[in-house]
Amino acid sequence: MMAGELTIGVLQMRPLSTYLQEEISKRFLLFKYWQVPPDLRREFLAEHAASIKAVVADGVRGADSDLIDALPHLEIVSSHSSGLDKTDLNKCRENGIRVTYTPHAMTDDVADLAILLALATMRRICGADTFVRRVPLMLLQFSGKSVGIIGLGRIGSAIARRAEAFGCSISYHSRQPKPNLRYKYCSSVIDLASNSQILIVASALTQETHHIVNREVIDALGEDGIIVNIARGSQIDESELVSALAERRLGGAGLDVLEHEPEVPDLLSKLDNVVLSPHVGANTSETRKAMADLVVGNLEAYFSNKPLLTPVL
Amino acid sequence: MEAIGVLMMCPMNNYLEEELDRRFKLFRYWTQPRKREFLTQHGESIRAVVGNASAGADAVLIDALPKLEIVSSYSVGLDKIDLIKCEEKGIRVTNTPDVLTDDVADLAIGLMLAVLRRICVCDKYVRSGKWKHGDFKLTTKFSGKRVGIIGLGRIGLAIAKRAEAFDCPISYYSRSKKSNTNYKYYESLIELASNCDILVVACALTPETTHIVNREVMNALGPNGVLINIGRGPHVDEPELVSALVEGRLGGAGLDVFEKEPHVPEQLFKLENVVLLPHVGSGTVETRIAMADLVLGNLEAYFANKPLLTPVV
Repeated sequence: MMAGELTIGVLQMRPLSTYLQEEISKRFLLFKYWQVPPDLRREFLAEHAASIKAVVADGVRGADSDLIDALPHLEIVSSHSSGLDKTDLNKCRENGIRVTYTPHAMTDDVADLAILLALATMRRICGADTFVRRVPLMLLQFSGKSVGIIGLGRIGSAIARRAEAFGCSISYHSRQPKPNLRYKYCSSVIDLASNSQILIVASALTQETHHIVNREVIDALGEDGIIVNIARGSQIDESELVSALAERRLGGAGLDVLEHEPEVPDLLSKLDNVVLSPHVGANTSETRKAMADLVVGNLEAYFSNKPLLTPVL
Repeated sequence: MEAIGVLMMCPMNNYLEEELDRRFKLFRYWTQPRKREFLTQHGESIRAVVGNASAGADAVLIDALPKLEIVSSYSVGLDKIDLIKCEEKGIRVTNTPDVLTDDVADLAIGLMLAVLRRICVCDKYVRSGKWKHGDFKLTTKFSGKRVGIIGLGRIGLAIAKRAEAFDCPISYYSRSKKSNTNYKYYESLIELASNCDILVVACALTPETTHIVNREVMNALGPNGVLINIGRGPHVDEPELVSALVEGRLGGAGLDVFEKEPHVPEQLFKLENVVLLPHVGSGTVETRIAMADLVLGNLEAYFANKPLLTPVV
């Protein structure tokens, strides 16, 4: 470890894993933002701004514009996530702040959950489990169904590969068609929804993808359609989704993320044609360790003047 | 064909029942309060039996139906039919292979994912509002786990094909090594169990395979191992399974079948590392219709002197 490294302040926004916190503490001076009462945060930042050179962000809480303004010595944001919508990348770029993330570590887990949510929704695994434990089911076949994926990046491709093994046909929508792919490209999400029975949101959250699944898309998917969201809650117009599910204009949904998580619309929590999980896409011990190692690895590389492992900026 | 007596053993599917009623003279065994009397009175009129996974044609029934010519099973499993006796008496037997392979394989993967990622517990966590008070705990990654399959028939192979797409190394145990696959073969079930993370039962139930998953096998699978049963309840020594789970000698289980369905051991209800389903392996709308059509198709073919569609005997 470099001399003086222990004086480098690292501000972690939320608790992520004991392993991560321990590893950061061994090497840096860790500030735990989540332990600061909300009304005292401004004071806290003013007091420690001089020492804080790094922020550990994540998929739920990042380095937004206000935070960056409050930390004039900030040099690097190491995000424990693949999604960067919670960090103000433009502001980072303007201020020469480096940004890293954990792109590959979670791909398998999130793809696994997407398939699980589709299977669990269509085969009513949770409902059936409750039925056995005490509390007659119309179940839908998963194999061979047409799957439409919004966003064919790492995670979208990993989902497609798994779904293909179940005999599903794959189509996708993304900003540009990807060359050399055997999957069908749809130039609009409505087109994709009209041609799929299972629509899976796997795109990054940006201004363009906010509410990309809206009423028209839900109508195009139809009453036999299923939506799976393992990306970000605000990519779906949630109030439209909930009405469509309650009125059976949409067949079902498997949701790992919600617009205002952890708030869950009351109506949604009572429906039997949905499966809900509390943003656990990448929350396995194995993957969390891999992500933590990347976060710490990036910080160490930066402060030893070595090339960053997984830079975004 | 309205004069041909068909005995349906239990309620299994409304569409099948209606069609049998329409095309034949249907006797509903489960509605008879005094079954012995019923068989004495009507036994001579019955030329066909339609059974399923719960009730088929055992030796006692076959003896009571002297004019029985064909047993058409609404299942792929034949453990409820005395095949030897049928062969001796020249009674034809048909089942419903292939049409349900995908559904059962889907459910096997669904159970593996559901147990490892704790989806049912997650879903309850969200609906109960607990998410507002904290994140859900970390679970276990599925992708890349070693999957061991008991029985590499149609269903076993379909499970292997799906699991491979999640980068799961595949191994298997069966009566003999299969020449048409490259999956790793183990000569004993204990060896297979010692060398996999997830063990799935996918073989036929016979006297040899009854309780094939016993205490030794479960101990070999171990405290991080998961057992998936989409075969038949009696494949697994159920009291041993319950102790192994309660004592932590076995890591988890996904069960669609039980020794004395619909009875399920209550000690399992409190466990978060199990997922319990009410024998829904083939229970999708699409597949149940396909199975019914096969049962009807076989009966019609038989009584029109045409070749059977899916004969076993």
